[in-house]
Amino acid sequence: MTSVSDCFTDLRDRGLCALIPFITAGDPDLETTAAALHVLDQSGADLIELGVPYSDPLADGPVIQAAATRALQRGTRFEQVLEMVQTVSPQLRSPLILFTYYNPIFHRGIRPFLQQVAKAGVKGLVVPDLPLEEADTVLQQAADAGVELTLLVAPTSPPARIAAIARSSQGFIYLVSATGVTGMRAKVGARVQELLYELRSVTDKPIGVGFGISQTEQAQQVMEWGADAAIVGSAFVKRLSEGTPKQGLDSISSFCRSLKAAVTSD
Amino acid sequence: MTLTPLPLQASQTARPDALGRFGQFGGKYVPETLMPALSELEAAFYQYRDQPEFQQELNQLLHDYVGRPSPLYFAERLTQHYARPDGTGAQIYLKREDLNHTGAHKINNALAQVLLAKRMGKQRVIAETGAGQHGVATATVCARFGLKCVIYMGVHDMERQSLNVFRMQLMGAEVAPVAAGTGTLKDATSEAIRDWVTNVEDTHYILGSVAGPHPYPMMVRDFHAIIGQETRQQCLTKWGGLPDILLACVGGGSNAMGLFHEFIDEPNVRLIGVEAAGSGVDTDRHAATLTRGEVGVLHGAMSYLLQDDDGQVIEAHSISAGLDYPGVGPEHSYLKDLQRAEYYSVTDAEAVAAFQRTAQLEGIIPALETSHAIAYLETLCPQLAGSPRIVINCSGRGDKDVQTVAKYLEEQD
Repeated sequence: MTSVSDCFTDLRDRGLCALIPFITAGDPDLETTAAALHVLDQSGADLIELGVPYSDPLADGPVIQAAATRALQRGTRFEQVLEMVQTVSPQLRSPLILFTYYNPIFHRGIRPFLQQVAKAGVKGLVVPDLPLEEADTVLQQAADAGVELTLLVAPTSPPARIAAIARSSQGFIYLVSATGVTGMRAKVGARVQELLYELRSVTDKPIGVGFGISQTEQAQQVMEWGADAAIVGSAFVKRLSEGTPKQGLDSISSFCRSLKAAVTSD
Repeated sequence: MTLTPLPLQASQTARPDALGRFGQFGGKYVPETLMPALSELEAAFYQYRDQPEFQQELNQLLHDYVGRPSPLYFAERLTQHYARPDGTGAQIYLKREDLNHTGAHKINNALAQVLLAKRMGKQRVIAETGAGQHGVATATVCARFGLKCVIYMGVHDMERQSLNVFRMQLMGAEVAPVAAGTGTLKDATSEAIRDWVTNVEDTHYILGSVAGPHPYPMMVRDFHAIIGQETRQQCLTKWGGLPDILLACVGGGSNAMGLFHEFIDEPNVRLIGVEAAGSGVDTDRHAATLTRGEVGVLHGAMSYLLQDDDGQVIEAHSISAGLDYPGVGPEHSYLKDLQRAEYYSVTDAEAVAAFQRTAQLEGIIPALETSHAIAYLETLCPQLAGSPRIVINCSGRGDKDVQTVAKYLEEQD
């Protein structure tokens, strides 16, 4: 498994837009999460985002909130998530990006947290409640641990902030497509194209677009607008949670393939 | 760190620093989408706070609409109750924030923030509420200024504070039920933040405590600082000096900060905050964040926090909906670590006893939140020598709690 940056470099060399599916660890259980990581890896995912369930997910919409609540109610603990990742990650082609809120990181201690996740094979980190101003320590120590901390740019970010975030972000830049929480939306925010252009003018780093992308047409749209990655979360979480684990896994497999086809230009 | 007396202005700007930090506490741990809105709010706060036209409008409304200044009342029979046989004992005063319009201190902040929202051109206001007092205050000022208003409230709190739900609806607010988590203040706050992230461009979030991301802890404190400023004046008038002890309940901690702020640089004034111990701090049903929490991040700020080994936030428990919160305002965490303020806790049972005692001795029914502060007199008074003057922030009235208390007493029988 390569680093997040190297993965993007390789995709760019081949002229490809990446697909980054997201699932919540422990929903419905960690065994299914492990199986889902394999399935996504073999169904066209280029990188995979794994959400650590959290008690107060204030950047998440109803689908991912509910998945986190279910996972915690089942007793999912962070140690167990790491053990699962440690077992599965060597068998994956796609780099794993951990999506977690800041308190679980802070509570373990930033350095121990980074060392533990790096040891388990995690390559990237997204922390939705850690804006640039609060990110210094994690940014520095992530580099030491060999994990890349990706920062987020929002539709409300003014140009000077966009440039500063782009300078500090590691691995890629996560462009939030709409104001609001994660979740499925009918349309991709119109400002995304403009923001992609703005970001391109200040950075060479890859740009992934997420929050609200749930359909093949939307993924294709952001690819055509020049994004380096389409990030799809709630739509995967919802499919994986419907029916038996086997049905869920089949469902995300075919969905992942169709999304991959959509972001692969002819 | 020593607390050198400074000119008021200078010491206020030092807490927090430019990044919104009180020592290690505070900060802005929020999604990027909100960062520009927080900067805009901070700029508006600094712009209007000292502007004569804003101050005049606010002061006029605080006087004519809220009914300020609130009295500093000598609680004669409570004082007698705690008097020693030789006649000495604590002299107990109540700062009567319960007499404000809407029945609690919360209106001071809601009113000031709605004036800011109006100047920032926001057409829609949202807020979270626990006991419903902040929700009622926000619904009130939105009715007064004709703004659309949505109040997020946990389903559990809606049940135990149904009177306040009706009051908010009566004034035209939409009360949005929050079923996530425990259906209490923590979950209502998360949902309000989600709404704000989504509608940030036309919406102002009137956060109701000295919690949340910067600039809220500073701004809400400053809008409640009038409580302490009036208290200083009233003490001067009544006995020509300062109070010896200030006592207030702490959930998020807005009424306590409002009373304490004016006196932080007065080293001879003891500051005491009282948290909710629920069924007891040694059980898993309490809300004593400063007593039992560890440092962490919730709702945008670093502060003490009730959490487990994984950094998951633990549900708080208190009979008082307004104290039922696993976090606490960052400045309280700072004052605790500095040892400038002391924090203790009292149980549901002790609070209910104080609720009854105050009703019977003073003819005042305090809010269950406030009853926690009053209950601490049981522990405090026997420890005090002489006749020190204690000012308790009587932060709210208890009409909203009579059903809860009736039910509690029935269950104890």
